[in-house]
Amino acid sequence: MSLLRFFEWLAATPGSIALHESRYMFLVVLTVHVLTLCVFVGTAVMLDLRLLGLTLQRVPVSEVMGRLLPWIAAGFLVMIVSGALLFYAAPAPRYQNLFFRLKMATLVLAALNAWVFHHTVYRKVADWDADLIPPRGARMAGGLSLVLWAVLITLGRMISYQMYWFDCGRQPQSAIVVFLMGC
Amino acid sequence: MSLFELCQWIQFSPPLVAMRSSPWLFPVIASIHLMGLAMIGGAVLVGDLRMLGFGFSRQPMGLVARDAERWLIAGLLVMVPTGILQFMCFATKYYFLKFFWVKMASLVLVLVFTFSARRRIVAMADKAPARAGRGRSRLAAVVSLSLWVTVAIGGRWIGFP
Repeated sequence: MSLLRFFEWLAATPGSIALHESRYMFLVVLTVHVLTLCVFVGTAVMLDLRLLGLTLQRVPVSEVMGRLLPWIAAGFLVMIVSGALLFYAAPAPRYQNLFFRLKMATLVLAALNAWVFHHTVYRKVADWDADLIPPRGARMAGGLSLVLWAVLITLGRMISYQMYWFDCGRQPQSAIVVFLMGC
Repeated sequence: MSLFELCQWIQFSPPLVAMRSSPWLFPVIASIHLMGLAMIGGAVLVGDLRMLGFGFSRQPMGLVARDAERWLIAGLLVMVPTGILQFMCFATKYYFLKFFWVKMASLVLVLVFTFSARRRIVAMADKAPARAGRGRSRLAAVVSLSLWVTVAIGGRWIGFP
């Protein structure tokens, strides 16, 4: 069974239909997803700014990490759960949405960036913990993370505007777009 | 000219008509607005959590709150202009939305509160002995957080059909 078929099957399940057709539930989930930006991206941005040496300079990096990581993790959990519900409300159109696909790819890049940072530069944090401006590697990870969050937010906002440009139902489309959307 | 006529005049002025005819512009401005939201959210959380006694509790309140405030201002500099542009695009619609006015009122309240009372409470906290004024700074953090949450929820509700 192809993924598209699977998502079409998923769209026919009672839960998906109920969420899709609900008057308030969908909007409530969407509100939770958007406003959790403040907690998830907000605290992640403050951490990135510390890695760039632009805020809380006199607080050791490990302390900033220790204090903010629980909020980043909790925010991420809410984002993933509410995001999965939003996807569940319209699985096939989301799966074929160009902006959604690019957003997921950006999310993978952001996770990869965080993983690489934790397993390289951050392992030797003791050497530069109190530095007002952290070493190059840390600054690069922080800067890259900021850019990726900005791209992720933009792509997320664009998901519902897909119909104006790229839509499998809107032909003709360039071959690359058709390929990327999996039409 | 009444306020509603002003809204009409803004929305149907040539630059705004041109802006609405581009499908890219509105969502791109909305995205930048959301980046500002994240920035303000992070800065407010870091400052208010410190005032509540969570997070960065080993650091002086003044240091954390002042550092966070700088980024709160940066977030405002992103959010206010992009917010005004979004308002101008659909001024006559927003004029009739209750949530828009709720959002604007709480925004004004929270800005006045942040840059007067909250600032003063932070300044006093650093001079006073450790335990004095703790209740006051907690109360200030609760007021600030609740007002910001009202602004955010009002903002989200404006966009709903």
